[in-house]
Amino acid sequence: METLWFTYYLPLIWAALIGVAVVLYVLLDGFDLGMGILFPFTKDEAERDQMMSSVAPFWDGNETWLVLGGGGLWVAFPQAFAIIMPSVYLPIIFMLLALVFRGVAFEFRFVSKPNHRKWDVAFALGSTVAAFCQGIVLGAIVYGVPVEDGQFSGGSFTWFHPFALLCGVGLVAGYALLGSGWLMMRTEGELAAKAKRWGRPLVIALLAFIVAVSVWTPLAIPPIADRWFRLPEFLYLLPVPLLTAGFAWLAIRGVEKGKGPQTFLSTVALFVLCFAGLAISTFPYLVPRSVTLWEAAAAPESQLFLLLGAVPMVPIILIYTGFVYWTFRGTLKPGEGYH
Amino acid sequence: MELDPVVLARLQFAFTVTFHIIFPSFTIGLAAWITTLEGMWLKTRNDRYHDLARFWTKVFAVSFGMGVVSGIVLSYQFGTNWSRFSEVTGNVIGPLIGYEVLTAFFLEATFLGVMLFGWDRVPPWLHFCACLAVAVGTTASAFWILSANSWMQFPTGHEVRDGIAYPVDWLKIIFSPTFPTRLGHMVVAAYITTAFVVFASGARWMLAGIAPENAKTMLRMSLGILIVLVPLQGFLGDASGENTLKYQPVKVAAMEGVWGSEEGTEGPLPWVVFAWPNEAEERNDYEIAIPYLGSLILTRSLDGTIKGLKEFSEDLRPTVAIPFFTFRIMLAMWGIMMLAVITGGYLWYKGRLFDSRTYLRLARFLWPIGFIAVLAGWYTTETGRQPWLATGILRTADAVSPVSAGAVLTSLILFVVVYGIVFSAGTYYINRLLKVGPHVRTKGEDEDVSGRRPLSGAKDVGREVIEAGE
Ligand code: HDD
Ligand code: HEM
Ligand code: HEM
Repeated sequence: METLWFTYYLPLIWAALIGVAVVLYVLLDGFDLGMGILFPFTKDEAERDQMMSSVAPFWDGNETWLVLGGGGLWVAFPQAFAIIMPSVYLPIIFMLLALVFRGVAFEFRFVSKPNHRKWDVAFALGSTVAAFCQGIVLGAIVYGVPVEDGQFSGGSFTWFHPFALLCGVGLVAGYALLGSGWLMMRTEGELAAKAKRWGRPLVIALLAFIVAVSVWTPLAIPPIADRWFRLPEFLYLLPVPLLTAGFAWLAIRGVEKGKGPQTFLSTVALFVLCFAGLAISTFPYLVPRSVTLWEAAAAPESQLFLLLGAVPMVPIILIYTGFVYWTFRGTLKPGEGYH
Repeated sequence: MELDPVVLARLQFAFTVTFHIIFPSFTIGLAAWITTLEGMWLKTRNDRYHDLARFWTKVFAVSFGMGVVSGIVLSYQFGTNWSRFSEVTGNVIGPLIGYEVLTAFFLEATFLGVMLFGWDRVPPWLHFCACLAVAVGTTASAFWILSANSWMQFPTGHEVRDGIAYPVDWLKIIFSPTFPTRLGHMVVAAYITTAFVVFASGARWMLAGIAPENAKTMLRMSLGILIVLVPLQGFLGDASGENTLKYQPVKVAAMEGVWGSEEGTEGPLPWVVFAWPNEAEERNDYEIAIPYLGSLILTRSLDGTIKGLKEFSEDLRPTVAIPFFTFRIMLAMWGIMMLAVITGGYLWYKGRLFDSRTYLRLARFLWPIGFIAVLAGWYTTETGRQPWLATGILRTADAVSPVSAGAVLTSLILFVVVYGIVFSAGTYYINRLLKVGPHVRTKGEDEDVSGRRPLSGAKDVGREVIEAGE
């Protein structure tokens, strides 16, 4: 009993926790990366200030979920971490470099005014490249990583295939949609109207992407088709596509009516559903179809030791994160900052 | 020429961690300094403290940003470049880093928002608490990462099965024997580094006539703390050395340039002031040494001895020259610091600190001294540990990822270019902030009422610079 608990359930709990961290990262950093992706679409200086101001107090905390996701994978599943990271070496490095540029742009842009053009570019390009690379990483992992003797056995460009690139584009569109929902909620005036206009093509793009992935993966990867289209599993899994369709409709309506919270929340729901879909497709593998989460698990002592800390700490983190969001609540008028 | 992926990965890690540690060394101290200023303001309601706190928060904002982004790069490199290391030590070190994320990174990153932008959004006491949270977060971060690093220096509390390290006793892992002195030495180093930046800026403002009252406060506060910490650092360093001698004797032999002889090294040992370590011949060239002093420092006796390099097999020795020279650089910096502090203390005692222009002119150039000592110290510690990555468990050469040399070379070049750009820009902007100095509130002027402006921790000064017609 005890061993079952340690070797079976503990890794499952950790997989769930890391899943939560990744989803939270995607949602939280998603909208502030989205801000950078949308940046080039307005030339108006006051609007750009408004966009940046709306995320400036939060971006650093948001990005920390990325450290928890990556770090958590290392702690709980060192073997998976050691296979996955080298397999997507270049996209990870480019993502990190892009995050460097956009992270420093928050401060540099304002100290360098009026000569801040280059930091506008750094912010926009950094955010877009980071999002694109994250999509590639996701796509490359889902598509499968070649493994031999417990090590990554591919080359520097194994990740480079159309599916991964499609995921890159899809994530850029998704983040931008989250960003436009955020802007509709948090700003007033011309910018909120622009956000609504940007939302329309983005919601279409995101839905097209979801459809494409749902068709592509089962066709290209038989085990995934098997997972989804066998009876009776098919019936249990049916709610996922149905809910996706429902939230897609809500997202479209939200954008059309310019309703920020509705757009934002239904995009969030779409992301969560996509993530659930991926989890269903790949479970129980962490490195799809070669290493399961039990095979990759760290020593139970290690998983337990950190879990003891995570159980009280994660709720505390969520509480004070909530406090900070609450502190900077309300909408921003044009040209306004929190000062 | 065949490119060696191990060498490239080491170069890349050394480059990125060197870049990273510059910022923690400054922000750990700066967060504590801003918290102190704000505490004093709350207590005395003297605007001088408030204006200083606001000013240094701008410098903090720029430095912190660079610290965070370079830190994220590091944590991912464990996987991208050192995947064998992640696998072999993950069970033990992973949770320590995990605790760093949970207890430190979230705390500092989240309250940073309130610290930078919350001045008029939350009541002063709450703003003070946010600063405190950030300061606590940066120190907690040092605790965990140094714990991880100390375990790698001298692992305890684990067992190795099939080449993988497993935890046995967490307390022994967290508090490995070299950890307490390393933590003390590093945190004090961070405070010293910050204090010298503040001190040099105070001197600069005094000389240029910028905000003289604030500059005086800065000079007094920084010199006051330096008078305590710089001598203390000597003791902590000595304790570190004693510790290292016990647990990593070969590192000390390299640091001190003691070759000895295979049959056992005989005392008394001189202390080598300068030499050119010659690895091929296993001796020092051009040596200048003080007799007996080596024995005295290392063994507290006139004829004591330590194990020399020759007593260790060749493949277990680090490259001698690097720890040897970097250790001497650190000591030299400490010497200069002591001189500056003693002279400053004397002038202060005589009541001439603010008038002695010669002293202030020299003090103005002391701002990088802490950074140089910190980097030299880390190079000693890390290169002295080679060829091991985790002593006795995993060699550096066996720890790399299965990634092609070409990919690592590409990323290394990109890091150098990108960090070069970011670092030059950051230094340039911080220098510009320092050139303008704080916004000194005049009587009747309340909070900065020009408020409704875009949001950035460092923004005001950009404006002031523009207004000053630069
Ligand atoms: C938690 C671990 C950790 C921490 C806190 C540090 N390092 Fe380190 N360092 C490593 C973990 C490590 C490592 C992963 O173990 C490396 C990579 C390759 C190696 O040999 O050790 C390393 C190598 C390494 C090297 C190259 C040594 C060589 O290959 O000969 C240098 C110059 C430094 N480090 C410098 C630093 C500096 C300036 C630090 C200040 C923060 C620092 N290290 C902290
Ligand atoms: C080589 C090992 C290291 C790794 C992997 C690492 C990792 C990180 C990461 C991921 C961050 C960003 C956290 C955030 O999002 O806020 C960070 C920031 C930070 N790190 Fe490190 N770090 C290393 C070495 C060190 C050392 C040796 C110290 C101090 C003694 C240190 C102190 C800090 C501090 C204080 C910050 C806050 C940001 C700043 O100061 O600008 N780190 N580090
Ligand atoms: C008399 C003065 C000093 C002595 C005897 C001394 C001694 C040492 C020793 C022996 C180490 C290596 C520890 C190891 O690898 O196990 C070390 C490391 C280090 N030193 Fe110093 N030190 C002195 C002054 C300073 C000063 C002034 C600073 C910075 C302000 C500094 C910063 C560091 C840092 C950052 C490290 C690396 C972290 C560590 O391993 O503790 N040291 N020092």
